[in-house]
Amino acid sequence: MRNSKKSLWQTVDWITILFFILLVAAGWFSICGASYDFDNAGLFDPSGRPGSQLIWIGSSVVLIFIIMMLDDKFYNVFAYLIYGFFILLLIATIIGAVANLPFVPDIKGSRSWLVLGPIRLQPAEFAKFATALALAKFMNGYGFKLTPRNFFIALLLILVPMLCILLQKETGSALVYLAFFFVLYREGMSGYILLAGICAIVYFVTGIKYSEDVVGITPLGELLVMVMTLIISAALVGAVAKDKRNMWILLGIVALGYLAAYIVSLYIPLNFVWVSYGLIAVLGVYLLVLSLKKWVWSYAVIALFSVLSVGFLYSVDYVFDNILEPHQQVRIKVSLGLEDDPSGAGYNVNQSKIAIGSGGLTGKGFLNGTQTKLKYVPEQDTDFIFCTVGEEQGFIGASAALILFGLFILRLIWLAERQNSTFGRVYGYSVASIFFFHLLINIGMVLGITPVIGIPLPFFSYGGSSLWGFTILLFIFLRLDASRKVKH
Amino acid sequence: MKTNDKFKFENRKYIISGAVVVVVLLFIIRLFILQVLDNDYKIWADNNAFLRKTIYPSRGIIYDRTGRLLVYNQPAYDVMVVMREVQPFDTLEFCSTVGITKEVFDRRIVEIKDRRLNPGYSSYVPQLFMNQLSAQEYGMLQEKLYKFPGFYIQNRTLRDYEYPNAGNILGDVGEVNKKDIEKDPYYVQGDYSGRSGVERSYEHVLRGEKGIEILLRDAHGRIKGKYEEGIHDVPPVSGKSLKLSIDMELQAYGEKLMQGKLGSIVMIEPSTGEVLCLVTAPSYDPRLLVGRQRGANHIMLEKNPLNPLLDRSIMGFYPPGSTFKPSQGLIFLQEGSTTIHTHYSCAMGYTFRGGKPACHAHGSPLTLVPALATSCNSYFCWGLHDMLDDRKLYPTVQEAFESWKNHIVSMGYGYRLGIDLPGESRGFIPNSKFYDKYHPTRWNSSTIISIAIGQGEVTATPLQIANLAATIANRGYFYTPHMVREIEDTPLDSIYTTRRYTTVDRPHYEVVAEGMRQAVVTGTCRRAAIPGIEVCGKTGTAENPHGKDHSAFIGFAPYQNPKVAVAVYVENGGWGANYGVPIGRLMMEKYLEVEQSIESRYIEEQMIHSSTILPYAQQ
Repeated sequence: MRNSKKSLWQTVDWITILFFILLVAAGWFSICGASYDFDNAGLFDPSGRPGSQLIWIGSSVVLIFIIMMLDDKFYNVFAYLIYGFFILLLIATIIGAVANLPFVPDIKGSRSWLVLGPIRLQPAEFAKFATALALAKFMNGYGFKLTPRNFFIALLLILVPMLCILLQKETGSALVYLAFFFVLYREGMSGYILLAGICAIVYFVTGIKYSEDVVGITPLGELLVMVMTLIISAALVGAVAKDKRNMWILLGIVALGYLAAYIVSLYIPLNFVWVSYGLIAVLGVYLLVLSLKKWVWSYAVIALFSVLSVGFLYSVDYVFDNILEPHQQVRIKVSLGLEDDPSGAGYNVNQSKIAIGSGGLTGKGFLNGTQTKLKYVPEQDTDFIFCTVGEEQGFIGASAALILFGLFILRLIWLAERQNSTFGRVYGYSVASIFFFHLLINIGMVLGITPVIGIPLPFFSYGGSSLWGFTILLFIFLRLDASRKVKH
Repeated sequence: MKTNDKFKFENRKYIISGAVVVVVLLFIIRLFILQVLDNDYKIWADNNAFLRKTIYPSRGIIYDRTGRLLVYNQPAYDVMVVMREVQPFDTLEFCSTVGITKEVFDRRIVEIKDRRLNPGYSSYVPQLFMNQLSAQEYGMLQEKLYKFPGFYIQNRTLRDYEYPNAGNILGDVGEVNKKDIEKDPYYVQGDYSGRSGVERSYEHVLRGEKGIEILLRDAHGRIKGKYEEGIHDVPPVSGKSLKLSIDMELQAYGEKLMQGKLGSIVMIEPSTGEVLCLVTAPSYDPRLLVGRQRGANHIMLEKNPLNPLLDRSIMGFYPPGSTFKPSQGLIFLQEGSTTIHTHYSCAMGYTFRGGKPACHAHGSPLTLVPALATSCNSYFCWGLHDMLDDRKLYPTVQEAFESWKNHIVSMGYGYRLGIDLPGESRGFIPNSKFYDKYHPTRWNSSTIISIAIGQGEVTATPLQIANLAATIANRGYFYTPHMVREIEDTPLDSIYTTRRYTTVDRPHYEVVAEGMRQAVVTGTCRRAAIPGIEVCGKTGTAENPHGKDHSAFIGFAPYQNPKVAVAVYVENGGWGANYGVPIGRLMMEKYLEVEQSIESRYIEEQMIHSSTILPYAQQ
């Protein structure tokens, strides 16, 4: 052993541990507020949620010690083994669910929990750190470069557990794996892929949101996506070439095209989508010619992007209507403001907004939130825990919690960047990205910005599996970071 | 190589970190909009969580002048149902216990669940199933309630009455209507308020102040306790109790004497203006207008052709007939157009107009005192003639008549007296313009001579007629008649404690009082004489277009320091002496607690068992 216990506790990043303690403590108080029971107000009663969360916190401390005691090389060496183990566990859960075995009972309509005696675990929560380890190990190879082949393998490492979790109908947990794309981006994945991903989401949302609006005879959703495609394509042309002339030419063509169409539309009804097809065709041909003339691939790629965008747009409707399940369609529609149904699917979000909105600047005070104390917000101690913060601590408390989270993630990125090994860095980025993604989706949902996707808010949401999962995820990284300095 | 890669993409950390910062900032902006800029959420949260439950105060109790309990609150029981807790039970048994049919039961359940009919429906919250169960029904249901899970009983209060009398005075309590709610924001749909009688005129005193209890309600509508231990709750304030001026035994006696008749008895304590009884006939039992039968009974009373809901004592207006003569004598003496020594002749009628109005046999000529005693029509016609047609006194008949009118109005006629009961009518006293309009060429006393004997255009309520007696008893002033003697912890309105002097001087009253004394001793109301008490009186026989004459009487007793003034008015009762006088006598006897003579008992029997209601009126 190179490092003694003493030196380990000296080198571990106490700032992150301080963030961790603050978040867990704030989380525990929120659970107290959210699960306040009029008939049984004891906060330390182990049968109540605050009490059992205390037990989870206590056991997490034990986990932290175990993680810290293990040699930092352990994680590198056993990364694939751990990954394999959890994939098997996920598969076992699926098989158990399909075969209707007693250790995979139906809990809230989802069979994703393993019940072994008194212990109830959700393998999906643990598969995250396993995937992060495997990805880190894979990228840690000497002279690793994100070649298409390597990219494919990395993708496979991410998609296998994601698929398993999707099969368990835990869409929210599965979507968290998209967080690994931030890691891949940091490690060299083309920015285009990230851009394409973001574009896909934006197009999807826009397409669905305005799918029923028609201006004149022009479907608004389609037109908006086309206009965005044209502008982004032109902007990309400007980004890849030093000479901005082509970008201005393209933007000019687009502007003139729409202006002409507008004038025509004053006299005869005109579907602007057709005009857009024409403009995209013009743009595509222009870029292809440019590409062939100058032998620059990028132009062809941009041309391809614009054409694919149109294709994507039309597949959205198909996906939305035929692949997504009705409750998911409703959730997406409600979060996009398409459906107003305060007592149905929109109930959670509406009550959640009321809870947060009623908190005001300074909040109603600890255990004084009426929305939460009276259980108006479903899932208020798990996925909607942030309501309690908003209602009882107000704008000041809620923004403080958000800033704390933001600083915590920035600190993790900073720690990841200071790692000597790719293994440490990739793992560190995985940790930061996963926390970021959870924050993005969870708070977005509670504030009524993103669709209702049930994922926990790290350290705040009640539950052992999620707390253990996040603790392991974080402290493996802190263990790796602690060894960084003492290594020679 | 490894190091190069690390540095090659290191700048991307700024993009990723930037994304984190942007997202956190966006969320904080969103929080700011939700929490600080938008205030609606606070209201919504309060509406969610707080159930402002009204606690109804108990309504004030009503006593009579002697402290007898008249009106109090009885518990009523509403059957409530919590749908979520209902389990299969014997519906038929339930229906028979509360006295409804299975169809009614099923319909009621559908109504409760219909959110359009019942917008506040929640299966967790008690819903009103049936209201105002009687004590008996309640008892039966209570015993079996364990068999009907989900059904509960909620207490409410209804009025209850100790006596079946004085419905017109006490009035009733009923649900407020839209107009009440618009007029007074205190009321909400479903509240009760006094609809008539004292219940209505003293509504603000009797109703008390509603209290409020702020309860916390969870997402399912279940009550989770008081908000902040109830420090924001407001306790209800009970209504104040009233002590009425009426003597309930007297009132009941009057109603008994008036049975089978239409009309009214009003008795006033002259020294205070307190109304001792206010009988209207026919009357109704106030208990009819309580509870679930209220609606049906109200319709029944409305449809009754004798109109028991009309309080004839204050709403009915009649020709006062000869009971008006004392007021005329007072005016003539005050005007000086007639003196106590003036003699007017009578030859079985008013000779100035060819014997009309007619009169009856008595000595002639006579002065005011015997004229009142014998109720001489001619005397008062001459008197009016001398006052109105003497151009030395007044240059025009109009001016003379205005003076007459002002005197009569000062005695309480022609306008509402201001009794503390709703619906008082003002009677009618014409002014000179009225006659100018109907007699455009010219008019004089002869044209309007019937007013001198309380006929013609003049009408008055029994209350106004009784008030004249009280004024004469007081020799020149009266207090506004009122029903309420004391309000708990509240002084009486000063209008009921201030003397209202008439425009006639006291000496003239002494003369008229003497005339009324003589009427009892030697004149038309000898039957009103009570042994041992100096009774004063005046009969009235009012011609009317509805058939037989109305029988009327006013009186007061004793002659000196009068304790009581009375007016009796019996529709179609014939001569004043037929009903007015005997009933007036019996009422005074009763109030003055005189031991009844055999004669008096005989009269009492006669009165109780006689009827004056004309057959056509009963149709």
